[in-house]
Amino acid sequence: MTIDWTHFTPWTALAGGVLLGLASAAFILLNGRILGISGILGGLLTPLKGDTGWRIAFLLGMACAPTVFTWIFPAEAVQAPRIDTGYWGLVLAGLAVGIGTSYASGCTSGHGVCGLSRLSPRSLVATVSFMAAGFVVVFALRHVLQGASV
Amino acid sequence: MNRISEFLVGLLFGLGLILSGMTDPGKVLGFLDLAGAWDPSLALVMGGAIAVGVGAFALAKRRTTAFLGGALQWPESNAIDKPLVIGSLVFGAGWGIAGFCPGPAVVSLAAGQPKAAVFVLAMLAGMGVFELANRLLRRNITATGDAGNGHA
Repeated sequence: MTIDWTHFTPWTALAGGVLLGLASAAFILLNGRILGISGILGGLLTPLKGDTGWRIAFLLGMACAPTVFTWIFPAEAVQAPRIDTGYWGLVLAGLAVGIGTSYASGCTSGHGVCGLSRLSPRSLVATVSFMAAGFVVVFALRHVLQGASV
Repeated sequence: MNRISEFLVGLLFGLGLILSGMTDPGKVLGFLDLAGAWDPSLALVMGGAIAVGVGAFALAKRRTTAFLGGALQWPESNAIDKPLVIGSLVFGAGWGIAGFCPGPAVVSLAAGQPKAAVFVLAMLAGMGVFELANRLLRRNITATGDAGNGHA
């Protein structure tokens, strides 16, 4: 294993992680809810009366983040995003993420951050499963099907 | 008050996703690529988040109401079952293809990334397809009088 020192950003990763933890903490303590993005989005597809306002408020806040980020942090605080996957790959990936997170009732935020933080064995199994699948798929795409682009 | 809090928490979460590098699919894939040039950053993202979260959730577990009022709403299921594992494997596979998970994709869409828009539309379609299939399955179970002890 070799470490990618040019892209490794320990301090912003840690600080960003702390912000994610603070947001999850604030959501359960102030609003009494688990911060899980797939669940918040999914609930809007089958709206129930009185159960949509909080989802929209949260998503609006998220949507403001890129703008507010530029007010607070210098442009060089983070590296420019690299999105190398082609459009059909993105469609396939999006479908898999949508179906998978619905079936598993959670994603990286709900199971990964909140679930592990509340020491839930169910979320630990989910997190180990999606991480393992991620490792395997990246290995297959980058090292087995070398050159083949999705 | 609740709406303001939800908005600000969403904003804080979005800022965390950007600062941490989660909105950079190349960085996410660099973390998932153990056999290549490995970028360990995401382990620190999770570590930082959980370090803060553990204390907060321990406190939350001792309470019955949220500080802004209303009951604490915990997930209903504790089951470690097939939907959990298969769903997570499918999700992880999709995550490994593009390096997007739901939160960062939404923030990248808001940042004006056309590729994130394509991903989010496909993701919502996936969620919709799942919901439809779920309903059809349930209707069939009711129609045939099956007790439906399997999962939906």
